[in-house]
Order: sequence, then structure tokens, then C-alpha cells
Amino acid sequence: MNYTNCGNFKCSYEKDAALFQTLFSRLCIGVFLVMLVALPFLMDHYFIYILNMILIAVIGAVGLNILTGFTGLISLGQGAFMAVGAFGAGYLSSQVGLPFFLAIPAAGVIAALVGAFFGIPSLRLKGLYLSIATLAAQFIIEFIIIRAEPITGGVQGLSIDYARFFGIPINDDFRFYWLALPLAVTMTLLATNIVRSKIGRAFLSVRDNYIAAEAMGINLFHYKLTAFAISSFYAGVAGSLWAYYTTIVTVENFTIMVSIQYLSMIIIGGLGSILGSIFGATFLIVLPEALQFISNMAAGQFPAVSQIVGALKEMAFGLVIILFLLFEPEGLARRWRLIKAYWKLWPFSY
Amino acid sequence: MNLFLQLLITGIVIGSIYALLALGFTLIYKATDVVNFAQGELLLVGAYICLHTTVSYNVPFLASFALTLVFTFLMGFFIEKIFLRRMIGEPVISIIMLTIGLSSVMRALVIIVWGTDTRTFPEVFSQVPVVVFGLSISRVYLYSIFAVAIFLGLFSLFFKKSKIGVAMRAVACDQQAALSMGIDVKRIFALSWAIAAVVSAVGGIFLGNINGINTSLSHFGLKVFPVVILGGLDSIVGAIVGGLLIGILENLAGGYLDPLVGGGAKELFPFVIMVLVLMIKPYGLFGTVKVEKV
Repeated sequence: MNYTNCGNFKCSYEKDAALFQTLFSRLCIGVFLVMLVALPFLMDHYFIYILNMILIAVIGAVGLNILTGFTGLISLGQGAFMAVGAFGAGYLSSQVGLPFFLAIPAAGVIAALVGAFFGIPSLRLKGLYLSIATLAAQFIIEFIIIRAEPITGGVQGLSIDYARFFGIPINDDFRFYWLALPLAVTMTLLATNIVRSKIGRAFLSVRDNYIAAEAMGINLFHYKLTAFAISSFYAGVAGSLWAYYTTIVTVENFTIMVSIQYLSMIIIGGLGSILGSIFGATFLIVLPEALQFISNMAAGQFPAVSQIVGALKEMAFGLVIILFLLFEPEGLARRWRLIKAYWKLWPFSY
Repeated sequence: MNLFLQLLITGIVIGSIYALLALGFTLIYKATDVVNFAQGELLLVGAYICLHTTVSYNVPFLASFALTLVFTFLMGFFIEKIFLRRMIGEPVISIIMLTIGLSSVMRALVIIVWGTDTRTFPEVFSQVPVVVFGLSISRVYLYSIFAVAIFLGLFSLFFKKSKIGVAMRAVACDQQAALSMGIDVKRIFALSWAIAAVVSAVGGIFLGNINGINTSLSHFGLKVFPVVILGGLDSIVGAIVGGLLIGILENLAGGYLDPLVGGGAKELFPFVIMVLVLMIKPYGLFGTVKVEKV
């Protein structure tokens, strides 16, 4: 798992525990962050919108990867946990009047509690059975949200105000970017640190062989619930960001299709890889937009295309999943490693 | 009382279609260890093909029914050969995602070819309801109960008596042993997909005759999970009993609980039952209990 180049010696524990071990990787991440900061100044609203959607999806996908990729618990309920976060934030900001920097973490905590509750069956259920139980969780949460009209507004949903940062309303794509970017970066860093801590190692052992893990003194119930709670916290934060972005929260935005989409993100990106979640989220957000773009161009020649563009998107989505599973089962993260390994010795490979 | 009987009968009809779907699901799961999330789309494709041949080519209903069965048989066969064959030995999540991918491709194809409007079959069965003991029952219901019963009977005969059926059971029981006895396991894998596609198509055709067809029919594919969990994932008897039970309970819940909670109970109830079953008896009513070892 942890390859280091030869010649890369460490003389202190601090250096050994550093997140970015070499000067080059620190440089790369620095350039990447500068690029992220610079991007919105160079783009128009549409592209910033896509970036914002990617940032939201990254948070959700990283969370799901902690649960499914690292702990091996397949969840088909990510969409519902996002809904809990979105409605939580919506309720807290519109009814209770909390500012966004309190409402977002609070919504995350609510989602974490709900997630942990629906994670309880995970002690008894494994693999397939668990994934079906989370499928039930998805439907049950949707039902409760629709029925709990005084809190969630039922089918109509909630409409909330834009977040206000010291009186400045975060009401367009450009301003929202500065809310989403720090949050996404923080959450990703947090996840990277979680998975290399004691908790993360426990997650890996639960995934690889839970019976052996239990025999070695890992409290399965505790760690499985923790995984559910952390993952749902991420989902909740992603959901509440979505709520502040669109300002209209309805349950239709968080159906089983959303859960499936998030699962596909981590499959395409790479299970058990934080970087993979980012790749997967980016890929699956950009793909439908790219298709929309292509079909808009094609609609000039073939007007029929614009009618079936929804179906074409869905087909592309399905095909991408199938092709990745057949030809790149470890996802984009593996491809990324291969590319890096290739350039490491370039031009003197062999 | 009348309401109760009406609900019961609708429940049995819907339940028998669930039973068919669950039979297909269980077949695939038993033989190949694949959890099929595309069961609802197999149903959808079957229903649309039958509709298309009857409406566009004016083929008589029975003939188009037979044609649909042949086509879906081939479709299931090749889906296994092309996609699932390569996934043998992959982790559960990959296989689940592959079938989810398949389901979205199939649904998209259906939308591209046939659109999203609800379509109805031409009047195949007479609209005049049959009156039994003062209850009026629509003819489609009766026919579908009979047809499903016949199909289920045929399949149990097939599994008990025919050579291929016995081979399928052998593969489900122990692949290694079956392989060493000279059974072509790969062919059995493909066959189980083919048969699953056929039974789903039968369910789809009857559902189409009852309610008309649109893409939302594929939601039946998700309803199959409560059924198979209740009955036990790897039990054919369980699939049938579970299907009928869930169908009946769901309709009763729809009739009696919906007015209380304001709708939606019918859709939710099967999943609540499923969670309860999972908590109390994870291997269902008839499933084999797995002993786990390191």
C-alpha cells in the first residue's frame, strides 16, 4: 500500500507521519490548490456550477467510500442520508434560524445519528443482506420525510434562504464556490487522516476479514456503527450544501437513483481510495454535462436527439459502469497509479 | 368484508407476479451467486416486446406471447454470456453494480425505442368481470392467476424431472461436484439467466394487461427483494410463498393503512416487513442458514 521511492529516508517520526512525504508531492498539491482557487476567476457561471456540483459530490463520495470501500459495508442508502442532511439544514436554517456554519455541521450530526441507527442491522447482516437492508432504509427514510410534513414540508419540500456570510448572501455560483471549496478540501483531508489512523486500520481489517478482526480485539459493532456514522456525516454535509445551493429541498432529489450514482462514483473511481472518490465524483458529474453538450450540438442535425437525451444519459451511465467493471475493476485510481509509475522513470524506463 | 376479499384477490394476482419475478431472481442467485438488480428491467423488456409484436405487427396474442418468450430466453442467455461470465469470482459489490448498470442500459433502450408514455394492450381478455359469490373479479386477474400457477407448476416439474433441471439443482448445490460429474456449469449459468428472463417476461406481460405498460413497471424489480428475503434467497418454494405473502400483505396495507397515514403505506410496507425478517430471521422462511468460518 505504501510505496516510497528509494533514497527517501526519514529521520523523525513527524516526517514519517507526514501526509505528503516528498517535496514533489507537496509541490503538486500546492499547485493543485492554487489552481482550484484560480479556476472560478477564469470560468463562466456554467462551469463554476459544474465545479460546485463536483465539490458536493466529492464530499458524498468520500463519505460513501469510507463505508463501502474501506469498511466493506455496501450501502444503497447514501441518497437518503443526504436527504436527512438537506432537510436537517433546511429546517435548522429556516425554522430555528441557525446560521449556515452551525446548520451544516448540525445537519451532518443529525445524518450521522440516523445513519448509525440504520447501521445497527450491520452487526447481524453481511454483504448482500446488508445492502438490501440499506435499500430498505432508503425507502423508509423517504417515506418518513414525505410524511413528516410539519418539519420537512412533505412533498413540496422546504425552501430556504441563501446562506449569509457576515451579511453577504451566498446567492450565486461564484460565491457558493468559496463555501463549497474549503468545506470539500477540509472533509477530504479529514477522511485521508481518518483512514490512516487507528479507526481506519480497524475499518480495513473489518473489510478484509471481520472474523479475524474480531478475534484480534476489534469491536465490530463499534467500528461498523462508526463507519456508518462517519459516512452519513459526510452525506449529511453534502446534502446540506446542496440545500444551500439550490435553496429548494425536495425528496425527489435524493431517491434511490442518487444512492446508485454515488455507489457508481466510488466504483468508477476506485474502492478504498480517497483519491478515487474524487476522480469518480468528477467523472460522473462531468459525463452527463458532456453528453448534454454533445447532444445540443447534434440536435442541430438530428432534432430527435433532444427528446431522448435523458435516456441517452442513463444509457451512458449504465455503460460506463459496465465497462469500468469489466475492463478497469479497480477504477480510475489504479489507472492514475499506473500513469504515475510510468512517468516516474521516464524517459529511462527499463 | 367485501373490501377485504377484493384486496385479497388483487394481492394474490400481484403476489403471483412477484412470485414469478422472485423465482427468476432465486434461480440466478442459486446457480450463479449473482444478485440481480435488473430483474425489473427484464420484466419491462418482455412486456414491451409482447406489446410491440401484438400492436405493430398484428400478431395474435398467444403467438406474440410465445415469440416474447423465445426472445427473452435468448436475451437472458446472452446477457450472461457477454457480461456476467466475466464477473465470476468478483466481489459482491461489483456484481451488484454490474446488474445495476445493465438495468439502466436496458431501461434507457426501452425509453429510446418505445418512449415514456403509458401504453395499453389491445383488449386481449374480455372486460366483462366474472362474478363469484357476489364479488366481481376482472378476467385478466383470473387468467393471470391461472397462467402463473401453470408456469410455476411447469417449473417445479422441470426442476424435479428433466435432466437439465436436475443439473441446475446440482450446480446450485455444489458447483465443484457438479463439474466433476460432467455437468456443463457454464451452460447452466447461461440457462438460469435465460429462464429468469423468461419468467420475468411472463410477469411483465400480465402486468401490462392489467395496468398498461410504462417504464415505471421496472420498480417491480426492487419489490422482489422483500419477497426473496422473506422467502429465503436460495429457496424456490420461498420465492413463491414469499411472493404471494408480500403481494397480499402489501395490498391489505394499501387498503387499510393508506387512509390512516395518507398514502404511501403500500409501497413501504414490504420493505418494513423485510427489515423485520432480516432482524429476526436473516435467512428467511425457507433459506439455507450459512455457517461462516474464517
